[in-house]
Order: sequence, then structure tokens, then C-alpha cells
Amino acid sequence: MNETADITDRDDFIAGLDLPAHCVLSEDSELRPYECDGLSAYHQVPWLVLLPETVQQVQSILGYCHQHKVPVVARGAGTGLSGGALPLANGVLLSLARFNSILDIDLDNRLARVQPGVRNLAISQAVAQHGLYYAPDPSSQIACSIGGNVAENAGGVHCLKYGLTVHNIAAIKIVCMDGELLSIGSHALDSAGYDLLALMTGSEGLLGVIVEVTVRLLPVPETAQVLLAAFDSVETAGHAVAEIISAGILPAGLEMMDSLAIRAAEDFVHAGYPDDAAAILLCELDGTRAEVETRISEVQELLTSMGAREVRLAHDDQERQKFWAGRKAAFPAVGRISPDYYCMDGTIPRKHLGKVLSTISQWSSEYDLPVANVFHAGDGNLHPLILYDANKAGELERTEEFGGRILELCIAVGGTITGEHGVGMEKIDQMCVQFNENELQQFHAIKQAFDPHGLLNPGKAIPTLARCAEFGRMHVHGSELPFPELERF
Amino acid sequence: MIQQDLTEPLRDRIAGACAGRTPVSIRGGNSKSFYGHPCEGESVDVSQHTGVLEYEPSELVIHARAGTALTDIENLLKQNRQMLAFEPPHFSLTSTLGGAVASGLAGPGRPFTGSVRDAVLGVGLINGRGEILNFGGRVMKNVAGYDVSRLVTGALGTLGLLTDVSLKVLPRPASEYTLQQVCSQQDAILRFSQWMAKPLPLSAACWFDDHLYLRLSGTETAIRQAQHQLGDTLLEQGSEWWTAIRDQQHVFFQRQAALWRLSVPPATPPLAIPGEWLIDWAGGQRWLSSDEPAETVRRITASVGGHATLFRNGDRTTDVFQPLPAPLFSLHRRLKQALDPKGILNPGRMYKGL
Repeated sequence: MNETADITDRDDFIAGLDLPAHCVLSEDSELRPYECDGLSAYHQVPWLVLLPETVQQVQSILGYCHQHKVPVVARGAGTGLSGGALPLANGVLLSLARFNSILDIDLDNRLARVQPGVRNLAISQAVAQHGLYYAPDPSSQIACSIGGNVAENAGGVHCLKYGLTVHNIAAIKIVCMDGELLSIGSHALDSAGYDLLALMTGSEGLLGVIVEVTVRLLPVPETAQVLLAAFDSVETAGHAVAEIISAGILPAGLEMMDSLAIRAAEDFVHAGYPDDAAAILLCELDGTRAEVETRISEVQELLTSMGAREVRLAHDDQERQKFWAGRKAAFPAVGRISPDYYCMDGTIPRKHLGKVLSTISQWSSEYDLPVANVFHAGDGNLHPLILYDANKAGELERTEEFGGRILELCIAVGGTITGEHGVGMEKIDQMCVQFNENELQQFHAIKQAFDPHGLLNPGKAIPTLARCAEFGRMHVHGSELPFPELERF
Repeated sequence: MIQQDLTEPLRDRIAGACAGRTPVSIRGGNSKSFYGHPCEGESVDVSQHTGVLEYEPSELVIHARAGTALTDIENLLKQNRQMLAFEPPHFSLTSTLGGAVASGLAGPGRPFTGSVRDAVLGVGLINGRGEILNFGGRVMKNVAGYDVSRLVTGALGTLGLLTDVSLKVLPRPASEYTLQQVCSQQDAILRFSQWMAKPLPLSAACWFDDHLYLRLSGTETAIRQAQHQLGDTLLEQGSEWWTAIRDQQHVFFQRQAALWRLSVPPATPPLAIPGEWLIDWAGGQRWLSSDEPAETVRRITASVGGHATLFRNGDRTTDVFQPLPAPLFSLHRRLKQALDPKGILNPGRMYKGL
């Protein structure tokens, strides 16, 4: 139990909860399914799982936990990839799974007010008949919930043009650790006071529990077309991306895959990718028919002039889906060729792509661990997938070390350790490299303003200074890079 | 463009003010001194802290010091056929990047291409303890740590002095045309709502004096098609119209009465408050020139889920911004305390007690 908790007996704790029995899970067999989220490398059976059904129950649970200093971890669909919903052995795992209703669709203002457990894709499905959709589309969108999307500021393949979760929500309701219910944001385009909506988005369950979300809906574009271009080197593909952006074109999606990822995806879903290419680009343009027609031929010419050895246009929606199928199945495809894989999530200024990928490839040989790369090329978000076998002694540790170096490399070139998956448990040590002591202290002070006793999702997202000292890697300023052996780029 | 790094002296000023618990009033180009409440304290001038630190058009990111003139930044972007998507108002030629971000004010493109904070990727900040901090970054996607960069956007300097900002920029559209149409306010709001639900190349929509105005952006053919669909007449010199609305040079903004900015759900029908109206943001931002009591304006605006700001003129001794519910205000105060424990940064500029 938490050292400050004043109630350590689980049965006593449950007896004091104002919650129906079917909302409480305490048997080992009931708790075990909650031991991890989408990052299964980390697991911990929770002390207790609570499944409230009303906002009042959430308020009462948090107030009760606050009173007894019992920590709380909120969980949505459990698809997160950074261990943000990893339970605590001494805390409550608060599942929002039963908050699964769409409360209101406001067509005039193009808003949907939904409970946090509603699945991302379910929102778009519910409004499709009106020609509207919810833009952010993380790859887990059939399963992940909107509350978790807000907590993680989830992205997807269309971020360059349509933004992340933070750009596509209007309001939320949160329950604070002391049980108070707050409305943040509004159905207007802005609100009075500080932008707490932005602060809450991506705060990884450390500041409050989200119990309602109002998302913005967009009209479904009149048309979308996708091009597939094959290249003999990733550098050339990277240059082509820069050229497209420089030409004033803002693709809806711009994705790159390297040879290992291409082959894995092709073997798995037969998307028709040229499996001897060093890199492929998928470039999707959407908008009005007239706009897309003009632009797609410009991009076609550009890709060819930039050295693509093959450029294919999907001729109908079926072929378009097929092109995307390979990219969308890239993670499971890699899962088929390796017992385990570890997905990284750094973002880099795109211009450093070639150098970053060649360094990763060099390290891949050093560690003797293959890497497949998929890349949200438009916005610089890189997902190297490190292939390993957890059953081989020491291989997970080597993978984590390799992964840590990749993240530090992302920082060194001016990027970040996480573009869309969140810090969670997984990248907490690299936070010590990305932020200095004062910055981390500032984060802790902000946390204090919401949760003075540190009871919400403790140990995640923001490392303590003690942890950073133990990790032994300090924040490094521009001129003193953590990799002196590397040339500066 | 002059490059001058004053980070250290600015830090020393704030650290000194913190030690002496003496309030400071942060200013950039001084073009928005009318906005919010006047705040006491020694003036700290950021306008000489200037220069673009990084700009590569193919990355769609610009990073510049807070004192850099907006016009310098916009000219540089224009040379590369790019733009600031949120179209910040220039209330004078001296407007700075830092002021644009600290005020969080956006122009007519806001409902279509995003707000100021939507474009903010990272900031350099001196907090109320006099510490130089960096949050966010210079990449599009970054979820490491709390989003302090967007929290301080629009906070009117009450949470920190901005030293530098990185912003996402957008390609400038190939062409732009403005259409106008005779229309009542009520019909305009209805039509905006219908058009916003359709995939049209709209980039601004406003109404004034029984006319609605639409800006279309995109390729020439796409605009022609949309124009055909909408059937309105073309307004010559349309871009001047939007600039006048953005910078409040339009005659509507020259009145002596109190100028209110009402932010409401865009489809809200016309509000029954006596006065003159100019509707922007496809219905979401409504300018009201009226001498009605503040209490009436706020009550009616709040009743439709919006908030009202006394933007210019009027009685500025009471709240300028919509008062916040007590629990929310108390959270604001705790956040202020977290970033500015001595309460020295622009105290009272936004709300009394912040």
C-alpha cells in the first residue's frame, strides 16, 4: 500500500466504497486481464479494479481514494503503447469501459458529445450518415477509446493536415482527485481563462479523470486519392517528401516504409508493394475533386522527377484501401516475422531522416537486432520496430537499451522521445534527457496544482529528480550532445 | 531583420523582480495594450529580443524570438509561399510574435485553419522564478511532458515571459477569391452552418450589414467550381476586406460604444442584445458594439454556452473577461502559483488575483 495510505485492507476499503458489487473486481482471476495495456512488456496485477457506471460514482471513488490516500490509475480500452495504464500493486485501477454511450450529436455545430469509453471509430461510424467524421485515426481506432485518446493526445496517419487529438476536441469534463467535477473548454471555438483543454490533452491521466469528451466533426472530403511510389534508397524518398511539402502541397497522409517493413507487410496482406524497393511512400491527397485532380498529377510528376523508380495511382477506392492495408498492417506483419517487437515513437525534423535511419541501421548490426521502420513522413514521426525474442536471455534488456539510444538520438537532432504514444512507464527515463531539472520541477508544480498528494497515475510520464539521478543521464544542451562519437547533424 | 539575443538580461530582470516581489508588465510591440486590464508594474520590453532562429520551408516550422515583428515573419513566410494559418491581427506595425502568441488572438481563418495554440509547437519561457525553460519542440508531433506551450498561449503573459516560439506554418493557397451575397444575419448563420458541413474550399466566412462574405482558397479550378455551386458574386479586392476585419480597420470597429467579442457555438441564432453586429468565424465569433450593461451581455452569451470579452472601450474597471466558475478559477490560481509563485508576471491583466 502507498506509504501515506491510511487504509490497507482491501476488504475494509471495498466496504467503505459506495459502489454496487458488480462494479468491483477483486478476485485474482478478475484482476489479471488488467495487468497490462498495449505494452505487454510491463505488467502488474492491480490491487483492485473498479468499473463505475456513473459520473457520480467516479466522483465518489476519487473522493474516497483521496481521503484515504490510495493511488488511482485510469484506464480506457487498454490499447496504449507506453504503459500509461499499467496498474499499481497498491492502487485502484479505474476502468472507464462502461462509459460507452454517445450522448449527443450536434449537427449544426458539428460536435459529438460522448462518454470516454466510446471507441474512436464508433464516433465516425455514428455520424457517417451525415457526411461527417472524426479526423484523428490512431492505428488502434477500432478498439481504442476516446478518453484514452485525449489522455494520450493520440495521433494517426492524417496528423499533418488534420492535427492530433488536441486539435479536434472542443470540451471535456474531468473529475479531479478530490472528487470535484470540472467542465473544461466549450462548444464555442474558445473559452475564457487559461487553455486547460490543451493542458489536459496528453496529460496521461496524471491531472484528472476524463468522464466526457466533446469532439469536433469534419465533413468527409469529397474525394481522396493515393499514390504509391517506390525508391531505391530511403534518403531519396526523404528528399521527395521535402519536395512535396515545399511545393505547397499538404497531403492528408504521407507514409514511408523501409525494406524490412515492406516485405513483412507484403507477405502478410499482399498489398502489391514492390518487395525489392528500399523504401516506399504512400501519399494521399483529399479535398474537392477539382483540387485533388490538379494536385495528384503535380505530385506524380514530382515523385518521378525526384527519382522514384515507380509511381502508381490507386484507380479506385478498392485499390486505395489495398495500398493502405499494407501500411495499416505493418505492426502485426512485423509481429509475424519475429516472436516479439518493440515499437519506438520518436519524432525528428524530417531533414535528419537519412542520417537517423543509417545510425539506427548501424546500431541494429551492433546489437544484432533487426529493425523495421515505418514513418509518418509528413510529420516526422518515426516508428522503428525492434525485432527481438523475449524468451532469449538478455534480449529484452538489449532491446530496451537500443530503444533508449534511438530516443536519445531523436532528442539530439532536435526531435522528441514521443510523437503520439506518450511517455507512460516506457520512456520515463528518457524524459530526464529531454528536459532539465527546472523543467521537470515545473511539471511537478503543475501536477501539484491538480493533485497535491500525487495520487493520480503516480510514477508515470514525469520522472522524479531522484529517478533521473539514478538513471544517470542528464539533460544535455545543444552544444554537448550525448553522442560525442557521432557527427553533428 | 535584426538578430539580438536578450534572453539572459530578460531572465535577470524577472529573477530580480521575483527576489524583490515587484510586479512587472511584459510588453512586445505595445499594439495590444488596450486588451485586458491595465496592469501595474515596471515595464519589461521584449521587443528588442529579435530574430528568426530556424526556418526551413520544407519542415513547415518557423522558430523565432518573441520580439520579432510579425510583419518580418509574415514577409519571410510569404517569400516561401507559406503563411501563419491563424492570421494574427496586426493592431499596429509594431505587433510582435510574442504578443500574438500571448494574446492568442486569431483572424478570419480561425475556424478553417486553426487557432494560435493549434499552430504552437513549442516555447521558450521565463517563469516567475526567473528560470529559462523550454517546452514542446520544433516538430509537428510531440507528446512528451505536459503541454505547457499551449497552456501559456493566450495567457496574456501571466504564466511566463515568452522568449521564443516555434510554430507550424502552412502553404499559402494557390488562389483566393471572396464572394458576397445579400443576406440577413439569421440566414447567414444558417447558411454558414450548412456550408461548414460540406467539403467546400472555404477559408473565411463573415456577415456585416445585410451581406455575407465568403473566402474560398485552393486551386483555381476548385474555387471556380465552388463559386458556381454557391452562386454568389465576386468581391473585387477581397483580400483587403479580410485584412480590415482582421486588423479591425473596418468602419464597424471605429465606434465609440463598448466593443464586445462574443465567442459562441457557431450555429447559435442571432442574439437579442441591442447594438450593431459583425459576425465572423462562420458564426463562432460575434462582434457587438453596444452600450448595454455588461451583466446583460454576459448573461445572454453564457445562456447559449458562450463567453463575452469587453474587447475595447466601455467600463474596464470591472471584469473584462467572462468570470469563471469558482472551482475553475481556483484551479487557475493554483496554476498561476505553480508558474509564478510570487505573482509578479502581469498581475491582474487577465483576472484580478491571477
